[in-house]
Amino acid sequence: MIISKQWLLDDAPKSRMQAQMGRIYVVGLQLTRNPLAMIGAIIIGALIITAIFAPWIATHSPIAQNLGDRLLPPSGEHWMGTDELGRDIWSRVVFGSQITLTIVLLVAVIAAPLGLIVGAIAGYFGGWADRVLMGITDIFLSMPKLILALAFVAALGPGIENAIIAIAITSWPAYARIARAETLTFRNSEFVHAIKLQGASSTRIIAHHILPLCTSSMIVRVTLDMAGIILTAAGLGFIGLGAQPPLPEWGAMISRGRVFILDQWWVATMPGFAIILVSLGFCFLGDGLRDVLDPKHGSE
Amino acid sequence: MRNLLNIDNLTVTFPTNNGPVDVVKGISLSLGRERLGIVGESGSGKSMTGRAILKLIRSPGKVKADRLEFDGIDILSQSERQMRSIRGARISMVMQDPKFSLNPVMTVGTQIAEAIKTHQKLSAQEINDKTLAMLKSVRIENPERVLGLYPHEVSGGMGQRIMIAMMLVPEPDLLIADEPTSALDVSVQAQVLDIIDNLVTSKGMGLILISHDLNLVSSYCDRILVMRAGEIVEECVASELHAAKHPYTQGLLAAMPKIDEDREWLPVFEDMSGSQT
Amino acid sequence: MNDKAAAPSLQAQLNILAQRTWMTVIAFAKFVATIAVTFLGLAALTFFIGRVVPIDPVLAMVGDRASNEVYEAARVQMGLDRPIFVQFANYIWDVLNGNFGMSISTRQPVLNDLIRVFPATLEMATLGIIIGVVIGVPMGVTAAAHRGTWLDQIIRTVGLLGYSIPAFWLGLVGLAIFYARLRWTGGPGRIDIFFDGLIPPVTGMMLIDTLLAGDIDVFWNAVSHLVLPATILGFFSLAYIARMTRSFMLDQLSQEYVTTARVKGVPEFLVIWRHAFKPIRIPLITVISLSYAGLLEGSVMIETIFSWPGIGNYLTTALLNADMNAVLGSTLVIGAVFIFINKFSDVMYRVLDPRARS
Repeated sequence: MIISKQWLLDDAPKSRMQAQMGRIYVVGLQLTRNPLAMIGAIIIGALIITAIFAPWIATHSPIAQNLGDRLLPPSGEHWMGTDELGRDIWSRVVFGSQITLTIVLLVAVIAAPLGLIVGAIAGYFGGWADRVLMGITDIFLSMPKLILALAFVAALGPGIENAIIAIAITSWPAYARIARAETLTFRNSEFVHAIKLQGASSTRIIAHHILPLCTSSMIVRVTLDMAGIILTAAGLGFIGLGAQPPLPEWGAMISRGRVFILDQWWVATMPGFAIILVSLGFCFLGDGLRDVLDPKHGSE
Repeated sequence: MRNLLNIDNLTVTFPTNNGPVDVVKGISLSLGRERLGIVGESGSGKSMTGRAILKLIRSPGKVKADRLEFDGIDILSQSERQMRSIRGARISMVMQDPKFSLNPVMTVGTQIAEAIKTHQKLSAQEINDKTLAMLKSVRIENPERVLGLYPHEVSGGMGQRIMIAMMLVPEPDLLIADEPTSALDVSVQAQVLDIIDNLVTSKGMGLILISHDLNLVSSYCDRILVMRAGEIVEECVASELHAAKHPYTQGLLAAMPKIDEDREWLPVFEDMSGSQT
Repeated sequence: MNDKAAAPSLQAQLNILAQRTWMTVIAFAKFVATIAVTFLGLAALTFFIGRVVPIDPVLAMVGDRASNEVYEAARVQMGLDRPIFVQFANYIWDVLNGNFGMSISTRQPVLNDLIRVFPATLEMATLGIIIGVVIGVPMGVTAAAHRGTWLDQIIRTVGLLGYSIPAFWLGLVGLAIFYARLRWTGGPGRIDIFFDGLIPPVTGMMLIDTLLAGDIDVFWNAVSHLVLPATILGFFSLAYIARMTRSFMLDQLSQEYVTTARVKGVPEFLVIWRHAFKPIRIPLITVISLSYAGLLEGSVMIETIFSWPGIGNYLTTALLNADMNAVLGSTLVIGAVFIFINKFSDVMYRVLDPRARS
């Protein structure tokens, strides 16, 4: 089995893996033709690299205080200046990327599969299972996500773990809705009937056949939602309910810098630029993925 | 008598993932005040030809021709503004499915009135009279009632007749009918075509009838062009269709079942020339 | 030729009228029921959250030096010894009567607090949505009409920025630039301290109250304070509305009837606004309602920055003070408004669409 371009683009793939890899290849190829999507991918790539190699990319320690160097403007020594405790802001932003990435990944890992399963079950079985599950989903969807997340965090107590749980709880319903819609389109298709005739159990049908078909729209949705998740997490951090000090969470950093906004503007604005950049990256990438994976929605 | 339409070497190109593709490849035709049929399968370029005449093909599509002339006017050099006074007033087009080609949230009366108002300044009463008269001429009984209806409230056949009325009310010189009956029930098709035929002949208009249905085109047209893969492969008078020379046309004719059919299998066209480009 | 349109008899017309009225009644009943169920769900959530809180509400009342008897008595009095269902039923009853408990920080009934602060948020959000619609809709239409050009790209980027910029950050930066540096707008708060208390609160909305009182100076002062937060909310609103409008318009512009209009020779401006735009007015209402609801939610972030005495500020303060009654009460109110707007726009969509009527 040679992985060549010809093998990947083969019109008649001989194994499931070949088909899947071929599809990934084609999708990737089409993605590269979209300049904005590529910019998004580069930004996200940079985020991941920054998070992994933070100790090397940062120039100083993110928590080391140096009161003699408080509130210095951006310079060659301190690329983004220093905050009120003399900590280097660039390094804090760099280490903050770890927090951001963690939050985003964990929320996605918790909320997306949960929503996917709930939606697939509701869509596949229909009847009262559908009504109950969708009723619960609708209740969550009708409520303001941020407010709910705030209320949850208030109850659970401040901290990054609780913030992640709270955001995940408010995010899964959207994925359930999508998964259900996708399942409904497949439920009555002939190949499902065929597998049923072969004696496959419902679990097997859902797990092996329906869930994989929902993945592309899930991927698009999750990527597009990441910006919202980042902003919510930053919002929680800003209010003081997210990651606690001295963790360099970007939202919390903006909150600290608030009092200095007039004369030492960099303390509050720098983390904001990081948030904007990363969110835009996810948006570009998500838009690009959507154009490639879901041409019905093609807005370009 | 000057020809209504003179086309020399018309080419329509679209960019694709595999490079630019010519959907119309250098065709030429001329049309007087007669009925011309353009037949072909999907993708033969017949619809694109119709749209090119009206200069409706927008970027990224590109239109090129040595000559694309309507009544002495060089279409290619007309600005959008100039084209707007030609469209509707001098050249009109009836499209395939009234479910989609009529505005779903405007009443029938408003849509037809707009066709009049765009090119003429008439009083509301005159517009109303003209609209009703036009609806009657496409054999719609009760036109007053139909004026206030929305397109989804009428049947397919009536919708198409409304479309015809709307397109002919400014009294153009040339009508392009792009698959006008393909979305209709068979029983209604002949009626709609009769209406088009009558109106076109009584007003001395030119007609380009685009269809995939060879029978239809041969019944309602004076001359026939057969298109395949962007090129014209046959041109003949309707009455001499059975004597067609090109193998493609002969194949099309042979593939049509007859009422007293005795063949077991209808012939299928083997694609010798390969795919486009 | 059988025309479908034969005029129905009087009897038939009455039948149709009766049928339509009955269907409207049913639709309305369904609407109320959905809201009720969803609100019940919300109340269940807040009830649940209230119970999850690790703070012992009894201790909060009696203090940790109380004796066992006092603790027990308080517990019984608060109804915490009853089974969960009874507690929940009491809770719902309380909520429907507007009894959200007392706020620890203000020592007032939460309901009174909410009545006091809600108009401030409403005023800001309303102005924000007006900006969002007036600018966002034409932006979206223009982007769709000029698809692929640099104008389209700019508008799309603005749309994406509205998703990517944290509201509180923009508020902070805006305040620093437009108030502190340029002195173009008023500062935090709804009104200069100088004018505070001069205007009798009739509706709670500064712009209206000042006009009612006839005091133009204070009116303009209120405007100067309102302009920045409303504009920032308006920015997020217009980004979303422009994005959705563009998407809707692109859908419409690819439809056959748009080609028909062009074939008729209709000028492009009318093709866009009279033909393509008309069918999207109804989905746009849904979009605008959702955006409005979103602004109420977004105000939570903005109000802290602008020291705006609205429900958002109230909520965040309550969060930091662990004032659970206030937190849950605010959540319920904001949630209820949110639910109402959502369901209402759902219904409006179905009512207004002429295609759904037959």
